[in-house]
Amino acid sequence: MKLTVNGTDHEVDVEEDMPLLWVLRDALGYTGVKYGCGVAQCGACTVHIDGEAVKSCQISAMDVESPVTTIEGLGTPDALHSVQEAWIEHQVAQCGYCQSGQIMAAAAFLAVTPNPSDGDIDEAMSSNLCRCGTYPRIRAAVKTAATKLNGA
Amino acid sequence: MSKLGKIARRTFLIGSAAIVGGVAFGYYAYKKPAVNPLLDGLADGEAALTPYVKIDASGITLITPRADSGQGAYSVQAIMIAEELDVELDQFKVDPGVPSAAYYNTALAAESAPFPSTDDSFTANTMRGVMDAMMKFMSMDITGGSTTVPDGYTKLRVAGAVARETLKAAASQKTGVPVGQLKTSKGAVQLPDGTEILYTDLASEAGQIEPVEEVQLRDPSTWRFMGKPTQRIDIVSKSTGTQSYGIDFKVDGMVHAMVRTNPRRGGAMLSFDATEAEAMRGVQKVMQISTGVAVIADNTWRAIQAANAVEIEWGTAPYPPEMDAHWQTLSDSFTPDLVDSTLRDDGDIEAAENGADVIEAEYRAPYLAHAPLEPISATVHVQDGRVDVWTGTQIPSFLRSNVADITGVENENVHIHMLVMGGSFGHRLEARVVKEAAEIAREMKGTPVKLTYSREEDLTHNDTRQIAMARGRGTVRDGKVQSLDLGIAMPSVIASQMGRQGMSVPGPDTQIVAGAWEQPLSIPNYRVTGYRAPELAPISSWRSVGASSNGFFHDVFLDELINAAGADPMEERIRLCWHDPSRKVLEKVAEMSSWGGALKPDQGRGVAFCMSFGVPTAEVVEVTNTDDGIRLDRVWVAADVGKVVDPVNFENMVQGGVVWGLGHAIMSEITYSDGMTEQENYDTYESMRMYQVPQIEVAGLENAEQVRGIGEPMVPPAAAALSNAIFAATGQRIREMPMNKFIDFV
Repeated sequence: MKLTVNGTDHEVDVEEDMPLLWVLRDALGYTGVKYGCGVAQCGACTVHIDGEAVKSCQISAMDVESPVTTIEGLGTPDALHSVQEAWIEHQVAQCGYCQSGQIMAAAAFLAVTPNPSDGDIDEAMSSNLCRCGTYPRIRAAVKTAATKLNGA
Repeated sequence: MSKLGKIARRTFLIGSAAIVGGVAFGYYAYKKPAVNPLLDGLADGEAALTPYVKIDASGITLITPRADSGQGAYSVQAIMIAEELDVELDQFKVDPGVPSAAYYNTALAAESAPFPSTDDSFTANTMRGVMDAMMKFMSMDITGGSTTVPDGYTKLRVAGAVARETLKAAASQKTGVPVGQLKTSKGAVQLPDGTEILYTDLASEAGQIEPVEEVQLRDPSTWRFMGKPTQRIDIVSKSTGTQSYGIDFKVDGMVHAMVRTNPRRGGAMLSFDATEAEAMRGVQKVMQISTGVAVIADNTWRAIQAANAVEIEWGTAPYPPEMDAHWQTLSDSFTPDLVDSTLRDDGDIEAAENGADVIEAEYRAPYLAHAPLEPISATVHVQDGRVDVWTGTQIPSFLRSNVADITGVENENVHIHMLVMGGSFGHRLEARVVKEAAEIAREMKGTPVKLTYSREEDLTHNDTRQIAMARGRGTVRDGKVQSLDLGIAMPSVIASQMGRQGMSVPGPDTQIVAGAWEQPLSIPNYRVTGYRAPELAPISSWRSVGASSNGFFHDVFLDELINAAGADPMEERIRLCWHDPSRKVLEKVAEMSSWGGALKPDQGRGVAFCMSFGVPTAEVVEVTNTDDGIRLDRVWVAADVGKVVDPVNFENMVQGGVVWGLGHAIMSEITYSDGMTEQENYDTYESMRMYQVPQIEVAGLENAEQVRGIGEPMVPPAAAALSNAIFAATGQRIREMPMNKFIDFV
């Protein structure tokens, strides 16, 4: 099976029902994508497929027909995406384990909602769980990211 | 400043050692008489010298032995060393430290208590309560009890200063310039002519000379990092998916394991059939281990799938299968023979109640899971005479001993490599995943085995927060609280937790009354009694431990009495509070929230106070009773940790602690049916989500004398403040968690 991740084509030989999450992590080594629940409750595994935020534990790799972007492909420490810049400015992370998914969810959301209200942010980000409770900072970082993206 | 020099001289021994190509600076305490019988369990070499600064030609490494589960421990420890060492925050690596016979060869005995036994001050007595169990284990290399900052506040700065002064001495020896004319800045010693010698170029010389032990710590007014906003050292990696956690760890030749153990915790495995699992793709082996079955496969997902395909017949649990019997056990525990402690007994409760209307109430707090977002994992590699363990843990020394026992390899040849943790909240004070991985790896000698729990295996085998019940009796007179008599029943967390390490803890378990008995209130007749309930399901230290339930019980009951007295909840708490820093946090939240100001219709505010881990904390919660249920609008928090070392992280931790306290109080519980945990994943074990999170305004005060940690003390008052706010808004008093069993939330 063919899979394009962050612009790189991969050929993988896995079971039909192996979730994209595990193909990315175990077969291809994209460990920025996190396993938290496996049942679409926490959002730690969020990636982009065709620019849309998708919980990668809920789709089998076999069913992925479009290029996949993971947190590693969104931006890097040397070339940060605006959302990552905002996350760093606000020092959002505590344990940081959910933040790949939070950032991917925020980036996809802001791409289609450039001027979100507080209510929009709360709604868009509520399917991502943070057990450390960094929500107040996530809220602030999403607003800052929106400003950065609009200014870009 | 000379005082600090004397402290360093008297209390600490500072060592240094030459290492390959450089120098390591360390710290250790005088050997104390063994006051803690638990320390007898320490194996040889287990309490080894922990160095804090390592310098060689390749660079500067700061050793930050307290584990980072997300609380910013690595950063805050590094900041405290760097402040005195004179290095910039981008000039060093951080390493949690790997015990190594090469230079960690000086024995460390029990670390001394922060208070002499003659100190009868309020603070000393309060802290002794906290220390009774967890803090004694600090000398065994444990991260817990919100102690990272208090533990390191002086000694990490001393370690940095000793390293700096020794490097200056080495520079002086090398150049002939007197030490008094040398300065340090940005990782280099500066000569009077402006020449700089990098620390890394002085490392070899520094390793050859006697360390400078007599050091002066800098005046806080000159601090460059401490008390100021700094960037967490892990913030870029944690914002780019490049931070590696335990679950991401890889080593060549590694196989993947998943286990199934009895969901009726502690029960036996009667039989299993792995026929289907063995035929699945990628499965290499299915083996029985002492607690169940392990499946070995070529990746994580296949191991999980195959393990779930094993058919297993489980035996019964050693505790009651249904919750009713757990609650009945607690209800039956308020008896004289189960009294564990009466640490607070002021005035005369019986006299106060005589002829007065006695207000009575009963409270409950459920089992709760830690459920950090990263499922627990461990990688173990057993070879001839050597074992390597890679995992995220709060208890490296215990693990070393556990793994030595399981594999038969000598303690000093078991190497624990600490990995970054995706949360813990006390979960990683347990050893189960490492013990199981070690057992599997022992059977697969030469092959590294990585054991990763599925979320379901993790959540259904969580050693939970204690279940607890409290009964209050109180009286009021002339608009004031006249008596408060609170009994709290729970099984002993420490007995359950240490029991799994094969240790017993003599004496009362002060966690049964923590967050209640030590409150600085001058109620004329005031008693707090702890009842030690029989052991039920396995329990462990959950963020703020005993105080997580007791802060709720104590303050909500106090609120009920204040209401009965017709007094203002804020004013009466302030009036009753005799401890200056505590009164000031109450006054601060009153000011921040404009307490007493006009509220909108259907709005209500509650205040709660709890001192836990030595940190006085006051929280005000504001709610609105809407058509869709209770909505949390705003929270104001004031806490006093003596010194806010890292203000950005402080605010983050306080807000997170409030979210933790409120979220669990509203919607979370672990329940048992047929002896098994009913909640298997986050769909049934719910947490607070973005849309439910109120605005949280934070103030850190610095009136207290001792420096304290912030990881846990925010939790105990949160649930109480919420219950008190709901009462103010609706007139409904909620005495049991989770509160959504009794009232709807938005």
